[in-house]
Amino acid sequence: MPVTDKSVAASVRKDDEERVDTVDRWDESHHGKGLIKPPDQLELTEAELKEEFTRILTANNPHAPANIVLYNSKRYRHASVTQMIVHFVVEGSLLHQDSDEARRQKQIGCQPEPPPRSNFSSLANQWVIYDAYMEELQKQERNKEKQKAAPSKKDPDNTKRAVVSTDSHGHDISKVRKAVKIIERMVNQNTFDEIAQDFKYYEDDSDEFRAQEGTLLPLWKFQYDQAKGLSVTALCWNKKYQDLFAVGMGSYDFNKQEHGLLVFYSLKNTAFPEYSYPTKSGILCIDIHEQHSYLVAVGFYDGCVAVYNLNKEGMDAVHKSTAKTGKHTDPVWQVRWQKDDLDNNHNFYSVSSDGRVASWTLVKNELVFTDVIKLSLNGAMSEGTEGSQQPIIACGTAFDFHKEIDYLFLVGTGEGKIHKCSKTYSSHFLETYVAHSMAVDAVKWNHFHPKVFISCSSDWTIKIWDHTINTPIFTFDLNAAVGDVSWSPYSSTVFSAVTIDGTVHVFDLNINKYEAICQPAVMAKKKGKLTRVEFNPIHPIIIVGDDRGYVTSLKLSPNLRKKPKAKKGQELATGPEVEVAKMDKLLSLLQQPENSTA
Amino acid sequence: MAGTGEGKKEEADYKRLHCFPLIRETDMPEEMKVETMELCVTACEKFATNNESAAKMIKESMDKKFGSSWHVVIGEGFGLEVTHEVKNMLYMFFGGSLAVCVWRCS
Repeated sequence: MPVTDKSVAASVRKDDEERVDTVDRWDESHHGKGLIKPPDQLELTEAELKEEFTRILTANNPHAPANIVLYNSKRYRHASVTQMIVHFVVEGSLLHQDSDEARRQKQIGCQPEPPPRSNFSSLANQWVIYDAYMEELQKQERNKEKQKAAPSKKDPDNTKRAVVSTDSHGHDISKVRKAVKIIERMVNQNTFDEIAQDFKYYEDDSDEFRAQEGTLLPLWKFQYDQAKGLSVTALCWNKKYQDLFAVGMGSYDFNKQEHGLLVFYSLKNTAFPEYSYPTKSGILCIDIHEQHSYLVAVGFYDGCVAVYNLNKEGMDAVHKSTAKTGKHTDPVWQVRWQKDDLDNNHNFYSVSSDGRVASWTLVKNELVFTDVIKLSLNGAMSEGTEGSQQPIIACGTAFDFHKEIDYLFLVGTGEGKIHKCSKTYSSHFLETYVAHSMAVDAVKWNHFHPKVFISCSSDWTIKIWDHTINTPIFTFDLNAAVGDVSWSPYSSTVFSAVTIDGTVHVFDLNINKYEAICQPAVMAKKKGKLTRVEFNPIHPIIIVGDDRGYVTSLKLSPNLRKKPKAKKGQELATGPEVEVAKMDKLLSLLQQPENSTA
Repeated sequence: MAGTGEGKKEEADYKRLHCFPLIRETDMPEEMKVETMELCVTACEKFATNNESAAKMIKESMDKKFGSSWHVVIGEGFGLEVTHEVKNMLYMFFGGSLAVCVWRCS
C-alpha cells in the first residue's frame, strides 16, 4: 500500500482524532452526532483500517551520506575510505635530488649555468714592467734586423736561426751537465757494482795458502769507440786525483801512422772518458804534472810535443811545438815534467829517436826549447864529407829522472845502451851501461832506493841495476819482448812488466828473486800485445794497455802488496826508509854471489 | 747636478713616451682585446695622474660595451690573484711604469 495512503490515512486519523477531539470538545459544546467523512477520503475496508503500522523514529538523519572520509587524528591519516573513484593515473619514478640523474636533468632542462671561470695571478712591479719592455724592444730590434737581412740573404738567416736554436739547446744542456754527470756516474757504479765492490774490498783469501804467489783480479775494462785501431802507447796516473788517468793512443807501426787520441778516464765513470782530445799524429808518451794536474805534456810520433790544459775548453793543445820552434825530427818517446825553473816557469824534458834530449819551457804562453844533450854512439865516428868527423847519433827511446837527485837522469837508447847523464853536462855522459842487445823500451828509477833502476827491452829481458855498478844486479828473462816495466809505489821490491804475448808479470824481489810471483795472461796470446803498465799511486790496482786500444785494470792480491812485517813490540816504520833498507838487504845478499857469477 | 737631474727626467719622460702599450697576458678574442687595449690607453693618458678616475672610466665603458660586472685595477706595484670568466681578462703594461688589469666576473 503506498505510503502516501498510509500517511494520509494516519493524517486522516489524526485529523479524525483531532476532529474528534475538536469534535469532542466541540461536541462538548455542540454534541455533534456521528462521523463526518470528507468526500475525498480514501476508502479502506474495516480490516485495512484496523491494520497497525509501526513507525520508528530515530535521531539519525536518514538522508545523510553513509560513507564519510574521516580523519583519524590518532593515527594521523585518513581512514575509513570506503568509496573511491579514480580520476587520473600516471606512472612515474622517484629520483633523489642530488643524484647524477637528477643533476643531469636539471642541466639539460631548466637552470642556466654560470659561465666558466679561471684564476689569474700576477705581480706588477717596476722592474717587472721594465724587463718586459726591454725584452719587447730587443724582440723588435731582432725583427728589424731579420727584415733587413731577409731581402739581401736568406741563408745566413737560416743558419742564424739554427745557431740560435742550438745555443738555446746548449744552454739547456749545460745547466744540467753537472747533474747529468753525477747521474751517469751513479748509473755506471750500479752497472758495474760488483767490480766496484771488488775494487774496494775484495781480498783474495787464497793468498794465504799460496805463500809465494799472488793473483791479479781483473776489474774494469776501458774502451773507447773512437780509439778503435789505435794501440795504447802511454799511460799515466794523475797524482792529485788518483782515480783519473790518462791514456795516449797512437800506433807503433811505422807503416800505419794515423791520428792519435788523448783520453782521460776516471774510475768513477768507466764507460766513457772524462776528456778526450783527438790529435793529428799518434801519441807516444804523456806525462801529467805533479803539482798542476791539469797540465799534460804529450809527445807525438811526428816529433812534436804539446801541452794540454784540461781546465780550458777546446780540443787543441795549449802549446804545440812546430818545425820552427824546434820539434824533434823523429818520434818523441818520452816526456817528463820537471820542477819549475828559477823563473817559476813550467818545464819538461823530452827524448826522441833523433838523439836529442830537449828541455821545453813554457815562457809566457810559448814553448821554448833547449837541447840538453845529444846522444852519440860512443867511440863510433863516421867520416863525413871533407874529412870532418861527425858523431853518429843514437836514438833515445826512454828516459827517467832521479827522484831525489834532480839533475841526474838516465837515457835508454835504441842500441841497447843506457846512459847516465846530468842536466849540467851537455855532451858528456856520466856513465854508460851496456844493457841490452836490442832497444831499451823503458828505464825507471826505483821510487825508494836511490841507487836502483830497472830497464826492459825487446830482447826479452828485464834488468835491475845499481847505478854505481856497471853490471846488472838482477836479470829476468821473460820469453817475450817486454813492452813496459814499472815499479810499484808502495814497495821498493815490487815491480810489474808486460809482454807482447799478453801476460802481465808481477815480481817481488823480497819473496822470489828469480821468478815472477804472478803471471796471469791478461789477453789471449794471439789476440794482442800488452804495451804499457802503470801502478796507481794509492789504490792497489794496475792498469794495462794493449795494442787494441783497451785498457784493463787489475787488482793486486794481498800477496803482491806485502809490506815488511813488524816485529813484536816494534812499530812499523813507514815508508821510504823501510823500503830502502829492504832493498839494501837484498843487494847485500846478492853482492857477493853476483860478483862471483858476473 | 741640475744637469744630471734634468737628464734623468728627460730619460724618464723619453722612456715613458717611447714605451708603447705592452699586453702581458690575455685570453680575450682579438677584436675585444684591441678595443679594450685602446680604451685603457685612452683612459690612462687622459687621467695620467689619477689612477682611480682612469679605472672608473675603463670600468664604466666596459660595462656598457660588453655587459655587466667588470673590474679594473691600475697601479705601479701590486700583486694580484683573480678569478675571471674565461675569455674576459686583459693584463697589460703601459707607459713604462703602469700596469693595468681588467677582468669580468659576475
